[in-house]
Order: sequence, then structure tokens, then C-alpha cells
Amino acid sequence: MARTQYIVIIGCGRLGATLANRLSPLGHSVVVVDRSEAAFRGLSSGFGGFQIIGDAGELSVLKQASIHKADALLAVTGEDTLNLMVAQVAQSVFQVEQVLARVFDPSRETIYRTLDIATISPTTLAADQFMAQLHPQPSHSAP
Amino acid sequence: MNIILVGGGKLVYFLTKEFTRQGATATTVINLYPDQAQALARETSARVIVGDGSDPLVLQAAGAYQADVLVALTDKDDVNLVTCQIAQHQYSVPRTIALVNDPGFRQVFEQLGVTVTFSATQILAHLIEERIGFEAIQSLIPIAGGKVQMTEVILSAHSPALGKSLQTLGLPEGVLVGCIIRQESVIVPRGNTTLHQGDRLVLLIQAGQEATGLDQLLAPET
Repeated sequence: MARTQYIVIIGCGRLGATLANRLSPLGHSVVVVDRSEAAFRGLSSGFGGFQIIGDAGELSVLKQASIHKADALLAVTGEDTLNLMVAQVAQSVFQVEQVLARVFDPSRETIYRTLDIATISPTTLAADQFMAQLHPQPSHSAP
Repeated sequence: MNIILVGGGKLVYFLTKEFTRQGATATTVINLYPDQAQALARETSARVIVGDGSDPLVLQAAGAYQADVLVALTDKDDVNLVTCQIAQHQYSVPRTIALVNDPGFRQVFEQLGVTVTFSATQILAHLIEERIGFEAIQSLIPIAGGKVQMTEVILSAHSPALGKSLQTLGLPEGVLVGCIIRQESVIVPRGNTTLHQGDRLVLLIQAGQEATGLDQLLAPET
């Protein structure tokens, strides 16, 4: 990610705000979407991007964020289903090159992996870490 | 037939009753809220499961492996989409139907694999627009993706077409009178058939001809 990218982040919770706060100072053009205005308080003073208040479950809100121009979209709301829907819409309707969805439920994650949707499951990641601490010798990873 | 309904409210309640009345179906309802689920179980003969329909384990408990159809009717589009997709890909449910709350997502959902989508907003908006446009037009059914509309028109006392034959009426080329319903009888029209007050005309209209094609049949707007 050397060049400047246009990155849309859906959801400004702990993860969304952290990502925005880290990506913005790298020179990327960042837009954060959340349905609650209060959520944007998590953004640091170093954040130089845009904020959009709206429900990402509406097509018009996604268009407002100009996701058709986005180089990357990160779907990190607290709802697996919303993340999966937005990620698929971004990928197959708006041809966004890099799309990542957070999915808490590992069984959902497995299904969407087979559908070529890139997902990150905090549950699986945490489980991997716990396993690594418990059994440090053979390196464990989830199936 | 095995049907899984996901959601709640009156829609799911009456659909369940309808399917049970028809007899040939086994209906399972998945509802997120215990109180709603309890009421459904009490008032219908459906099997009711409390849970999130977009959770693979809940779908499995609802018997998704044996289901022929899954209908997702919640007020959240993302839940409806993910429920249909998991049913399809994980449990090979052959037919999935999703309610789409934001009409903008209809095509998108079908592109993403949902068998059938419908938008209550779109259906109602169509009905209302029709009524406002032409009082005497009963229904517009789009055929061939909207290239042709099937429409029923009732001739009022003020219709300029009364007493005229179809020959002399001079309907434009894109408009065809398929049949005329007069009282209880159905008339397949010929060129010399004359039109009466109260006749119900079933028309096939090519796209773009709706406005001009009906001028000869409808009373001038007041």
C-alpha cells in the first residue's frame, strides 16, 4: 500500500475507528460510515478523512460514500450479516478491488470463504492465539 | 413440500396459516424473539424455532437440509440476503425467496444468487401510480421484462369508443384487444365487434404506447 488509496470503512466502532486512525496518517483518503453520529468520537485528532452518517444497509448511503471509486472497502460493523452484504455489494456491483469483511461467527466465515469473499474472524484469530499460548510447540491454526 | 419461513409479524403468521390450510406442506418458522415465537407456535401448527435465521446452526436445526423453499421476510435486507445464501450454499436449499426492503437491492440480490426477490415498496408504489394515472385501468401486468403490458380497461359511460367497432376505432399499432368481457360472457373480438359501456377490455400494450394507445378508449380526463 505504497501509493495513496481511497478507502471506505463501514462501521466506526472500536475496530473501524482504530483502522481509520491508522490509515489516515499514512496519507490515504479515508471515508468512515456509521449510522450513529456518536460513533465518530472514536476518531483521533489526527484523522483527516470524511465522515458519513447513514445506514450502510441502504444502497443510497453506499453511493454517497462513492464506493465505486474505492480502492478498498473494510466492512467492520458489529453485525456479520451487514458486513457480508456490504462486502458483496462492493465486490460484485461496484467492482471494488480489495474488500474485507469482519465476521464474528466462524461457521459463517467458512461459508463465505468458499464464495470468494475475504473475511477476517476475530473469534478464529483469538482462538488461534489462545491455542498458540497453550500449545506453543506445534503451531496451531484453524482449519 | 418443506418450507422455512424466517421472520415474524402478520405476514409470517398468515402465510403459515395459508400453507397449513393447503395441507401439503410442512412449515417451519424461525423467529428471533421468544414471545413472538411462542405466539406463533400456539396459534399455528407450524414448527417454530427461536433464533437468528442467518446463523448456520439455527438453519440446520430448522431442517434446512430437507427444505424445498426458504423465504426470508425480516425487515433487515442483510439478514435476508445472508440467510438465503447460507441456505443455498451450505444446505443446498433449491429455492430461496427474499423480501427486499430497499428496492435498490432487488437486482443485486438476484445477482448474488437469491432465486426470487420482491419489494413491497415497489409493488405498492406501482399500484398507487397506476391508480393515479388511469382510474379505469384495473391492472398492469408486465410481460417480457416490461416490453409488453397486459392491462384491463373498463369502458365508462363517457368513453369515446362506445358504439364504435374495433375497425373504426383506429387503435395504434402497439395496442391489441385480446378479449372483451361483457357481463358474464367472453368475446374474442373481430374487426366488426362494437364496444358497449361496461365492457372490460383485456389489452396487450407495447411499452411506450400506454399513454397514446388508451386515448381512444378512456373518457377525457376531467
